[in-house]
Amino acid sequence: MATAAFDTPKLKSYPVIPLVQVGAMSHLKPFVANAPIQTALGLPGELVDDWQDKAIAKMGELLGKYRSLQVYMDACVHCGACSDKCHYFLGTGDPKNMPVARQDLMRKVYRRYFTFAGKHFPRLVGAVDLTREVLDEWYSYFNQCSECRRCSVFCPYGIDTAEVTMAAREIMASVGMGQKYSNEIIGKVHRIGNNLGIPGPALENTLEGLEEDTKDDTGLDIKFPLNVKGAEVLLITPSADFFSEPHVESLIGYAKVFHAAGISWTLSSHASEAGNFGMFIGNYEQMRNISMRVREAALELGVKRIVVGECGHAWRVAYSFWNTLIGPFDYLDPRYPVPQHICEVTDDLIQRGALSFDKDANDDRIITFHDSCNVARASRMGNMPGGQFVIPRRIITSVANHFHDMAPQTIHEGTFCCGGGGGLLTDDLMELRVKGALPRMEALKNVVDDHGVNFMATICAICKAQFTKVLPYYGFNMSMVGGVHQLVSKAIRLGDK
Amino acid sequence: MTLLTIFYTVLFYFATGVFVIGLAVKIRSYAKTPAPLKIATTPAPVTTGGVSFRMAREVFFFESLFKSSKWTWVFGWTFHFALLLVVLRHLRYFQEPVWMPIVLIQPFGTYAGFALVAALGGLWARRWLVDRVRYISTPSDHLMLALLIAIGLTGMAMRFVAHTDIVAVKVFVLGLMRFDWQPVPADPVLLIHLALVAGLMIVFPISKLLHAPGLFFSPTRNQADNAREVRHVSAWAAALDKRP
Repeated sequence: MATAAFDTPKLKSYPVIPLVQVGAMSHLKPFVANAPIQTALGLPGELVDDWQDKAIAKMGELLGKYRSLQVYMDACVHCGACSDKCHYFLGTGDPKNMPVARQDLMRKVYRRYFTFAGKHFPRLVGAVDLTREVLDEWYSYFNQCSECRRCSVFCPYGIDTAEVTMAAREIMASVGMGQKYSNEIIGKVHRIGNNLGIPGPALENTLEGLEEDTKDDTGLDIKFPLNVKGAEVLLITPSADFFSEPHVESLIGYAKVFHAAGISWTLSSHASEAGNFGMFIGNYEQMRNISMRVREAALELGVKRIVVGECGHAWRVAYSFWNTLIGPFDYLDPRYPVPQHICEVTDDLIQRGALSFDKDANDDRIITFHDSCNVARASRMGNMPGGQFVIPRRIITSVANHFHDMAPQTIHEGTFCCGGGGGLLTDDLMELRVKGALPRMEALKNVVDDHGVNFMATICAICKAQFTKVLPYYGFNMSMVGGVHQLVSKAIRLGDK
Repeated sequence: MTLLTIFYTVLFYFATGVFVIGLAVKIRSYAKTPAPLKIATTPAPVTTGGVSFRMAREVFFFESLFKSSKWTWVFGWTFHFALLLVVLRHLRYFQEPVWMPIVLIQPFGTYAGFALVAALGGLWARRWLVDRVRYISTPSDHLMLALLIAIGLTGMAMRFVAHTDIVAVKVFVLGLMRFDWQPVPADPVLLIHLALVAGLMIVFPISKLLHAPGLFFSPTRNQADNAREVRHVSAWAAALDKRP
């Protein structure tokens, strides 16, 4: 279905906080998951009859299971610190896209059913009943949050809207109002092993094709191994790396790094997906079940290390959650962190002098780096805080000569989401994706104008897919975006050893 | 004993009870609710010592708010620091003899009153002048500011305009503490001041004032970034591991 027409925002040379435009995005919501998609995840196929009671009961359950939700429902003072921090507010002006207002959609229901003040003085504290209108508003606006956590950086209490969005989505899915895009993908992972639904034989074919292409390109036998028992490294990478442009260029980069360093590695057809949409819908058990495939594959293949490819939310799940969800990793080599990011692997090899590069090979590119939200604000690389900012940049400047960062308030922990994260990378939300990319596009335009930047490197499959689609709306070339290992791939010296 | 004294005596025991028990219940529920996943907002400290330092910066300097909005920070930090000084100054009503630090703080506490009211005025102005903040403000947000400003103004009125009999006030307060009840001075400004303070104590555990204990329990701020090194498992999550 085509999306309705909308205007792409104009890029300004400096950021402007929009005036509040009530209802600017109230028309937009993603498709609701149909019955087969829902039931495949053990969720009701349509809105259940007693949805209101069920939803409140579910909210009560989550309040008891997540300290974050309980504290964040109480602690907000409406100070407004977050009100100009969300890229979706900055791009749309819709006040319900301010983090505080998005949280309040749930907070006002929480107050009504779970607090003294809301039970007895609802008008005073803005408490409301959970009506059908409120539920629809939830569905619209909790699917206009990419769970990027930029608000949580700036909140004086660290209130993280992502936690609230996840809870809201879990509540809605549990009463039959799941989101089609995310839930359909989760079904595919369970059935086939990855988000794109690529079956094992097709994956094998693709990897053979890549070996041939790389051989034509380099004259070397660079392997893309699948299901190899006894390999040292199990690589878990987003399935987009197998089929999508520019993602696949980074996959070739990983293969070249392993080849050059002489590290034996393998992919797994059972765990052929780093992405974990269970996080997007706030469903702990789904997130755990999806992750469990990685543990099963690692044990089955008898690997020593697990390395994760370029994917933002996947790295969050892997870095921050895997040890909890599928640990302990006592069966792996204790000399390496588990899991390890591909950038950590490459950076470590560079620092030890194990790789060499022809930096001039990237001289046609003037590069900037887009910090992906989940890497920047929900994980780490290396052994010091902020390593997730240092390591990718150190790789880029090791393999290329021209690098310029974007404005300081738009990178590192202040980075803007690409606009397509958190389960919103679907065509039915294109208007939101384009408008939500505005702050990043403005920052990009400044380095394009000032430094002639023509390439934005990033380490996230969703960022890559989102920017490929959205860049043209703002007059940029879609091939401006690519992976860090795409640059590595171009410059790495491979000579047979 | 007059009806007035009985009313204020009961009011303060009630307010103290609601404040202490209400807050204890809330803190207990925060402490009891598990945080199943590591969700520190990164870059985060990797040690618990580092976490204490991060938390201290939040508590004493409002670090995140400073990053976020300088105006809100100026007004918010000034208000809270002024409130601290004013509260410390008031400790003299609860002590006999009065501690030396509390004696020394008296002049600062006096002038902090001006800063307190001015900062609250700034915070309230934002609720009208900034369209985003106006949009998110509820009646209770305005009432809370009105309550605090009224407490500040009545307090300053007794200090600078029409002095109340502070010796009698102290006798009343010490009487409450020693369960040896004494008459409350019948100064209308004092009575308003005391009633508003009691009101503040009563709404504390059922309002957004819970941000005070909430900060300490915020997982994005109080967790160390050591997910790879230390396996973090909550009780309900561990139960999933035991399932066949």
